[in-house]
Amino acid sequence: MRPLPVGEDALLIECGSGAEAEALHGELLRRRAAGTLPAVREIVPAARTVLIRGLDDPGRFAARLTEWKVPPPTATLLDAVEIPIRYDGPDLAEVAALWGAGSVEEVARIHSAARFRVAFCGFAPGFGYLTGLPERYSVPRRSTPRTAVPAGSVALAGPYTGVYPRSSPGGWQLIGATDAVLWDPAREPAALLAPGTPVRFVPITAEDVR
Amino acid sequence: MTDRAFVVVRAGALTTVQDLGRPGHAHLGVPGSGSLDVPASRLANRLVGNGVEAAVLETTLNGCAVRLRCAASVAVTGAPCPVTVDGRPVAWGAPVAVPAGAVVEAGAVVRGVRSYIAFGGGVAVEPVLGSRSTDLLSGLGPAPLTDGAVLPLGEVAGPSSPVDVVPAPGPPDELVLRILLGPRDDWFTPAALRTLAVGTYWVASASNRIGLRTEGPPLSRARHDELPSEGMVLGAVQVPPDGRPVVFLADHPTTGGYPVIGVVRGRDLAAAAQAAPGTPVRFVPVRRR
Repeated sequence: MRPLPVGEDALLIECGSGAEAEALHGELLRRRAAGTLPAVREIVPAARTVLIRGLDDPGRFAARLTEWKVPPPTATLLDAVEIPIRYDGPDLAEVAALWGAGSVEEVARIHSAARFRVAFCGFAPGFGYLTGLPERYSVPRRSTPRTAVPAGSVALAGPYTGVYPRSSPGGWQLIGATDAVLWDPAREPAALLAPGTPVRFVPITAEDVR
Repeated sequence: MTDRAFVVVRAGALTTVQDLGRPGHAHLGVPGSGSLDVPASRLANRLVGNGVEAAVLETTLNGCAVRLRCAASVAVTGAPCPVTVDGRPVAWGAPVAVPAGAVVEAGAVVRGVRSYIAFGGGVAVEPVLGSRSTDLLSGLGPAPLTDGAVLPLGEVAGPSSPVDVVPAPGPPDELVLRILLGPRDDWFTPAALRTLAVGTYWVASASNRIGLRTEGPPLSRARHDELPSEGMVLGAVQVPPDGRPVVFLADHPTTGGYPVIGVVRGRDLAAAAQAAPGTPVRFVPVRRR
């Protein structure tokens, strides 16, 4: 872990890997819940970092951080959020080819068997970057982004799975769609997926709909 | 026609509702948002007897006009501009008692970019995640004002300030932004760090509430690998592939994948909010306390 100064009152903690950043984020939340973390304004995890804003004394916090023992991310006590999904995205065949999967059904089987966790959010309110697929299933972004990806699209890029909370431009590979509402500011909580939340994708079939 | 509300008569180039923003949701991808010139927004509220957290209107360059459906105290701060009530000039930077049915107008700015209009009771649109601010990046909060829109006002909290008039800010001939280097200054060449400190930049016309874009000498990178997305802060000076620094303002994205060479000190951001396109910009690296 390498703490980097950010402005007057923030630290960016750079971790060796995404898993390490997820573990540190979990530890920060545990310490905040236990009341042993100094007052902070925001804790923002990302791909390989955790940003901590609103520290009274970032230098002192950085020095103490080096003594922390951060356990690896453990099975959370939270129930997994289940996202119903139709594996019918326009890029499904391309993903099957990239994965070396024999068929689109095989992609659906592999993806729905994975246990995901929200590593971090960004891009748009309620857009989670979900990890959990084995590394060999990483896929590149599309060379030409789409100008409009429909809300509810389930998509892959790099090691991540994401669900578009609303229609927006996007360059991820679309493998399916869900009717789940990812973001509703009138709901409490507004975001279905927050960092640390475990997630499963549950296939629905034409019969389920009928 | 005595309900507590106003009707937009002239929305102006871009007028939004702003308060102190919605901090605390960055981990969900929600920008902080809020008034760009926070001291001006707070002052406008104080002048009309509101708490500093009340929502005001933030205009862009050419002001706006509204017809009040109720009598209210109104104050305009931020970028200096002519202020009129039913066409008659009234004071800028002072509480003005506006009768029900009158049109209050903030005109085109004399200098600066954004004027702030506070109303006694505050603009009382429905809050989203604890804030009434319009967030232009993610579309949260009320839409920018349009002609004919009706916006509610809240109940008056207290009397207007007894102050007669506040001084207008001096003309910002040059925008000086003190900057604390990091977290990614080591992604740039020593020459780039020198250029940042001694080079002259200009405010680019593509600037908006998300970021103050600049034109000027490009900053060259020492590292060319891709930076995985990381958390961004208000005032972060992000350097996109064209090498021209962008200063993140209130509606900035919560994460980003271009390196941040440094962070502008919070107290300099109000001046950045008032720097019109073409204004010279100087970045002054300062030491951390």
